[in-house]
Amino acid sequence: MMVYLFIGIGGMIGSILRYLLSHIIPQIWGGDFPWGTLIINLSGSFFLGWITNKLVVLKKLPPQLLTALTTGVVGSYTTFSTFCLETVQLMEAGKYYLSLLYIVLSLMGGLLFVRIGLEIAENN
Amino acid sequence: MTEILYVAIGGFFGAILRYAISNLLRRKNGFPLGTLVVNLLGAFLLGLLAGLGIHGSQYTLLGVGFMGAFTTFSTFMLESEQLKKTGKNKFFYVYMACSLLLGIGLLSFGLFIGSIM
Repeated sequence: MMVYLFIGIGGMIGSILRYLLSHIIPQIWGGDFPWGTLIINLSGSFFLGWITNKLVVLKKLPPQLLTALTTGVVGSYTTFSTFCLETVQLMEAGKYYLSLLYIVLSLMGGLLFVRIGLEIAENN
Repeated sequence: MTEILYVAIGGFFGAILRYAISNLLRRKNGFPLGTLVVNLLGAFLLGLLAGLGIHGSQYTLLGVGFMGAFTTFSTFMLESEQLKKTGKNKFFYVYMACSLLLGIGLLSFGLFIGSIM
């Protein structure tokens, strides 16, 4: 039962990080393109890949803490629903190329970053 | 500052519910049905919230906090990569296509339902 509490706390931390970054990033890169969610989702994918292969090394830590970190923090830091909402909003605004670019960068980039994370952790 | 509190409360429950549903829907064949269902359900509900015109603190709690944490992008990517790595190419393409197409479709459907309610 404790694992639920740990995941909930992890979820709070991940969500707050996402909320803060989604406000800071658009101040650096403005415009129509949803850079905030893209950078959050790609960095989260990288970190989840990395931590997944590091779990072998981190086995000394209690498993509940690791689930809180992966499922809780990283899982809540990244988001799928906002990605879908922003894609539809770009389409509704008639910005079809930008919506397509957002989809391609998110999916191809996400797969790439998760693989880079997995490989960096494996080779170190 | 109170906005951050709303995000945190939403994130707390969103993450727990995602974990519970993912465990419930664990498949022996390795298809990540749990994450798929959670992400599609979350996309529909976020569309519904946006369609209903929910904004301000309510949106921060339910949209940014709860739906943001309930759905996940990183796990979707990790599971996709693992399907590809283990040679389950059919599952990989089904998972990617269903997530993207149904996610966008269900979000639009939610927006529509919300706007006529």
